[in-house]
Amino acid sequence: MSRQMGDSHRRFLQTMMSNGVISSSQASALHRHCCETHGAHYSQEKVEDFISVINAQLQPLFMHIRKGMSEEDGLDYFALVNMAKTDITKMSSDYADNELELFRKTMDLIVDSENGTASSTDILNCADSLQTKKLKKKETEHVLNKFVQDKWLNEIEGEYTLSTRCIIEMEQHMRTIYPDLIKRCFVCHNIAIQGQICENAVCGIKIHLPCVARYFKGRTDPHCPSCNDFWTHEIPEVQQYSSQTLQSQSSCAKENTAGPSTSSTLATRRSRRS
Amino acid sequence: MSQRSAGSGARRSRPGRSQVILDDDEPDVSSQPSSSQVQRARCSFTPQQIEQKVAEVVQFILIKDQKKIPIRRADVVKHVVKEYKGQYPGIIRRAGQTFEQVFGLNLVEIDSKNHVYILVNKLHPLPGEPISMCPGSPKTGLLFVILSLIFMKGGTVKEILVWNTLKKLRVYEGVKHEEFGDVKKLVTDVFVRQKYLEYVRIPHTEPLEHEFRWGARAEQEVSKMKLLQFIGELHNEEPQTWTQQYREAASVESNPR
Ligand SMILES: [Zn+2]
Ligand SMILES: [Zn+2]
Repeated sequence: MSRQMGDSHRRFLQTMMSNGVISSSQASALHRHCCETHGAHYSQEKVEDFISVINAQLQPLFMHIRKGMSEEDGLDYFALVNMAKTDITKMSSDYADNELELFRKTMDLIVDSENGTASSTDILNCADSLQTKKLKKKETEHVLNKFVQDKWLNEIEGEYTLSTRCIIEMEQHMRTIYPDLIKRCFVCHNIAIQGQICENAVCGIKIHLPCVARYFKGRTDPHCPSCNDFWTHEIPEVQQYSSQTLQSQSSCAKENTAGPSTSSTLATRRSRRS
Repeated sequence: MSQRSAGSGARRSRPGRSQVILDDDEPDVSSQPSSSQVQRARCSFTPQQIEQKVAEVVQFILIKDQKKIPIRRADVVKHVVKEYKGQYPGIIRRAGQTFEQVFGLNLVEIDSKNHVYILVNKLHPLPGEPISMCPGSPKTGLLFVILSLIFMKGGTVKEILVWNTLKKLRVYEGVKHEEFGDVKKLVTDVFVRQKYLEYVRIPHTEPLEHEFRWGARAEQEVSKMKLLQFIGELHNEEPQTWTQQYREAASVESNPR
């Protein structure tokens, strides 16, 4: 297999750059498309090798294509990460100062919350006390919309969460500024923002919703994998999370273009907490 | 590129100041021949530092290019290159190599007097991509219609003709379009700043009239032959039907830029 960068890799990278984040099924379809377009050798299971060739070239430029799991649908996504600036300043070319401050405040709210969400009401309240320049209600809504469109936040029924892209890109940054608040998922060991937390105060482990679904699948009497206390939360259905079978269908790419935010799996999540 | 990154590792191990000068213009220190360490440290950089600067320049240009706004040398120097100014030609050349070899983009100087650059995509976006290489493509569609019109009309069209053509597509000059927003602004300002179109005043017209031409980015990035094939398919004709346009497209194609 060639480790040399070719036009197939360049086309893949350019598509990553203009989209920011793509699902792993999209990555597979794109991998195939790029290889076929430029007559490069294609082997279906080699998408990660293909990406590692690109990453070797990106390394001196402090960029990296990194894989991460969506906290909502449990699927893998690839995001193009800029490691030169590991904080929010990388968004700075697209947003004004007060918009960035709003983003920071939103992130604070989300990370501070137990379940990894922030309500639009709470965010609107923040907008009133921005130090840079206050945002009116209408402006705040517009900016929040832009964050969703640019795939930094997801929104469902007025509740905001950090997008997969945001988590992949800003994991390092979040670990630095919220060292005590950021937990790892007990099941998959990745950073966990949205999830369920063990009610046992001395335990308090966190598990992603898709990981909860997989882990407790078929168990009528779920217990915490760490402290063995009863797991009090509602267990989401696993079927909704397991769509890895979509992998090789290129048609799914179209349905997915709206990004992870369109995931319908959230319906169950909403009923979980009072 | 691969050689460069392989080499940089080796070079990194000896941070010698003596072998600083790469193959590029060196900073002008000749007027002040000083052997003091301070002076040298200020004017010379390790290959590693240069490497870092190249990476920063690449990042800077990529960010600027997201909005398709041409990049001015003055801005690159002011915001990124700074005290490495003397090394600028080498740095920008290396950045250009990186764009080509890693990203499939050409860094093209479209104005050599004021040193203005754009990034041009060497890999043409294709129909039927599983994910679009350039999202926001409805606007690209609009642009293509205008570029086609200009090309078919011999290189220049009056503004009024553009609006009359767009009317047939239900895009109106003074009306906010749900996809494009302020169409007038998009066509006469955004596309113009992005260097896809030129929008020039026709002299001695009263009231004032304007005409459109292809902009520098369009000349670089859009294949006239592909455009003609596309138009041919629309009209169910061979591209050769349009003799003059075909000749022009073929001549561009045979003289790669
Ligand atoms: Zn997990
Ligand atoms: Zn527990």
